[in-house]
Amino acid sequence: MTSASTSSPAPRPADFKSDIKPVWCPGCGDYHVLLSFTKAMAHLGVQPHEVAVISGIGCSSRIPAYTNCYGFHSIHGRALAVATGLKVARPDLTVICAGGDGDGFSIGGNHFLHACRRNIDLTYIVMDNEVYGMTKGQPSPTTDPNWDSALTPGGTGVSPFHPLVIALASGANFVARCFSGDPNTTAKVIAEAARHPGFSFVQILSPCATFRPDQKEWRNMVRDAPVGGTDDPARAARRIMTDDGFNLGILYRGSRKSYRFSVGENKDELAAIEGKFTL
Amino acid sequence: MAQSQQTETSLSIALVGSGGTGVMTAGSLLLEAAANAGWYGLMTRSVGPQIRGGEAAALVKLSTSPTCSASDRFDILLGIDWKNADRFAGEIPLTPQSVILGDAKAGDPPENLAASGARVHTVPLTSLAGDISGGRPNMIALGVVAALAGIDQENVVALLAKKLARKGEAAIEASTRAVAAGYEAASAIPSPCAAPSLKAPQKGRWMINGNQAAGLGALRGGVRFVSAYPITPATEILEWMAPNLARLGGTLVQAEDELASINMAIGASYGGIPALTATSGPGLALMMEGLGLSVGSEVPVVVVDVMRGGPSTGIPTKSEQSDLNIAVYGFHGDAPHIVVAPTSVADCLFTAQWAVHLAEALQSPVIVLSDQFLGQASAIIDPPADLTFFARRKVAQEPGESFQRYAVTADGISPMSIPGTPGGQYTADGLEHNPRGTPSSQATDHALQMDKRARKIAEFDYGDHWADIDGEGELAIITWGSLTSTVREALDRLADDDVSVRLIALRLLAPIRQEKLAAALDGVSRVLIIEQTHGGQFHHYLRGHYDLPGDVKSFHRPGPTPLRTVEIVEFIKNWSDQ
Repeated sequence: MTSASTSSPAPRPADFKSDIKPVWCPGCGDYHVLLSFTKAMAHLGVQPHEVAVISGIGCSSRIPAYTNCYGFHSIHGRALAVATGLKVARPDLTVICAGGDGDGFSIGGNHFLHACRRNIDLTYIVMDNEVYGMTKGQPSPTTDPNWDSALTPGGTGVSPFHPLVIALASGANFVARCFSGDPNTTAKVIAEAARHPGFSFVQILSPCATFRPDQKEWRNMVRDAPVGGTDDPARAARRIMTDDGFNLGILYRGSRKSYRFSVGENKDELAAIEGKFTL
Repeated sequence: MAQSQQTETSLSIALVGSGGTGVMTAGSLLLEAAANAGWYGLMTRSVGPQIRGGEAAALVKLSTSPTCSASDRFDILLGIDWKNADRFAGEIPLTPQSVILGDAKAGDPPENLAASGARVHTVPLTSLAGDISGGRPNMIALGVVAALAGIDQENVVALLAKKLARKGEAAIEASTRAVAAGYEAASAIPSPCAAPSLKAPQKGRWMINGNQAAGLGALRGGVRFVSAYPITPATEILEWMAPNLARLGGTLVQAEDELASINMAIGASYGGIPALTATSGPGLALMMEGLGLSVGSEVPVVVVDVMRGGPSTGIPTKSEQSDLNIAVYGFHGDAPHIVVAPTSVADCLFTAQWAVHLAEALQSPVIVLSDQFLGQASAIIDPPADLTFFARRKVAQEPGESFQRYAVTADGISPMSIPGTPGGQYTADGLEHNPRGTPSSQATDHALQMDKRARKIAEFDYGDHWADIDGEGELAIITWGSLTSTVREALDRLADDDVSVRLIALRLLAPIRQEKLAAALDGVSRVLIIEQTHGGQFHHYLRGHYDLPGDVKSFHRPGPTPLRTVEIVEFIKNWSDQ
């Protein structure tokens, strides 16, 4: 959970944006996610130096440098591990972990499960475009089984992963789905996710203009979920399993206790610890 | 196994038995009672691969000076039973001067142990224990071996009262009576060893194992975050640190795998908290990409690798030095970093503390190469000195508009801003970057940053800690890690024969210290490189980076049995045949 700073002026979205030009393709949904992120942080009322954005590798994982926050562009699949260490060591920081579907659900899949379980107070944003873009168009765990690619001619034939349901089953405390094309709503959801205690997971449908031009249609397919979020994970999971993947909104808010840890400095105990070895 | 003269100053006792017979407890008590009587000593544990049960051996070496090497030969072998004890024959060398003691009901000792020609006696361990309410054969055994070692019975009795206080009067009474019965039974057995006259023990000696010492060194050094994935034989570091870290306000997180544990440690350290993880070979292999991130993003992290037999799952419960190659060469890309190795159980504390200091000062990963032998051996040591090494990072206190996280500096170390510091925002990156941290694939940026990262490691002042150097002579032994103590004892023995040998034990394995080693080798015409690997990794590493003078020989063999002093003595005595 994040509390607003009192001593500094109210932050504006522009305060969270760096002057580095993104490597993203024209039309990439991630531009809007970056915009949503800056708005969300301004909503939260935190200062840029109080936020750390942690990512792995992939197109969307380039986002930390495009913010004016502290950032860590780490290695493929390990963003949640880095974010976990940081948040446990520095619970005072607002830690936002961000990346793509390949990074989070394939190479980083195990960390995703355990970050949900551990329920550390983190926000995890996955910009899901159902493709590996940086390596130029291979199927990811969320890709339709019939999607043709050079690596998997004729499609993978493998069922896609259901990240939101897996997050629920693994213990995530907040689960939402957004569309990058609606940055205002996405910003509000990210801010809500960051405020919510424990592990919050936000899947953002973020079209890939280059390798998935078909995703231009997503703007016509997304809709607000017909019913509001629930605090019952089984109900939330059933709804998500039976929708078509385009219902948007905060789908689940839990009240599970966050990970318990202590951090501080108390050197007085060292002598007592060492005393145990004395004969 | 060649025999050597029994030195007056040491006494080795092996206790074997099936899991659950309590040989480890008896061994630990023997070591501590001996320490109270004025001995130094070391106890190593040897167990089969079983999770519970199976054969177990407590190998206790007592010495009049601090010791940290495997015994050449055992004076006493006591078996509470002989089930599978034959598997220990390689680890428990016996001589015709040794004594084998077995329970009267256990039958004959295994042939491969009896073949040593050692005298065999029986002791009615189980029936004596049966006569005492709550009596156990391992406590009878403790009494027998303590008596044969010349330790006062009062000493053992006082220790039992202290150790068993929480179990209550009945437990103390039962064990005390059992020990007394053991002392009485021992009076019928001629001792194989003359007890030396011992000085009154120095106050404040410690009993500690290498894994605890490494954990304590890390705490002393300032580590306050540990990520943990269990692996033999490193788990004890993590289990020891968990509660003790909490007492200091730090935190341990159990990770889902080693990929997570290294990256969690890096994340915590990025946040300004000195961080560590501990593992063994298979885990280190999984951590290599993360360690490369630590190099590229210049985030300090310490990894203690408690080496075991490899490759792959290898021999998890036995020692080897075969992770040297992966530690120094395992990174992809050009990745200057630091590898250090403790030279004894006591030195695990020093080296771990130094490792934290180096990691923090140099914003670098530091791999500490301990091994199963050091990690799981309990040693009696003099109280360790207070060291001044404490985690100190060059921090940008008031970073402003022009702050460059990866600024090119003369010493290669760039001030780091800690998240939460206003104005210090930057993105740490494993992508090559410019001084500001912005990703860059420009040749100039790559060269500048590579040079900077190499320079800070190469030009740092490591002081005299890079190696332990002892003795004079035209023959020098270069070794490292847990073999250092074994080599030292070999050199002591050679000195008795007026053979003078120089010892150079590297504590700093990477970076290379060419000039320092050249100076240490001044006047040397023969070099012997000693290591516990099958392929001679250390030999090749030295050959690749140093000019070694004169006649150079390599003595290396793999685990699982430890290299022994006598092997080194024989090698040197028969130099021309090697």
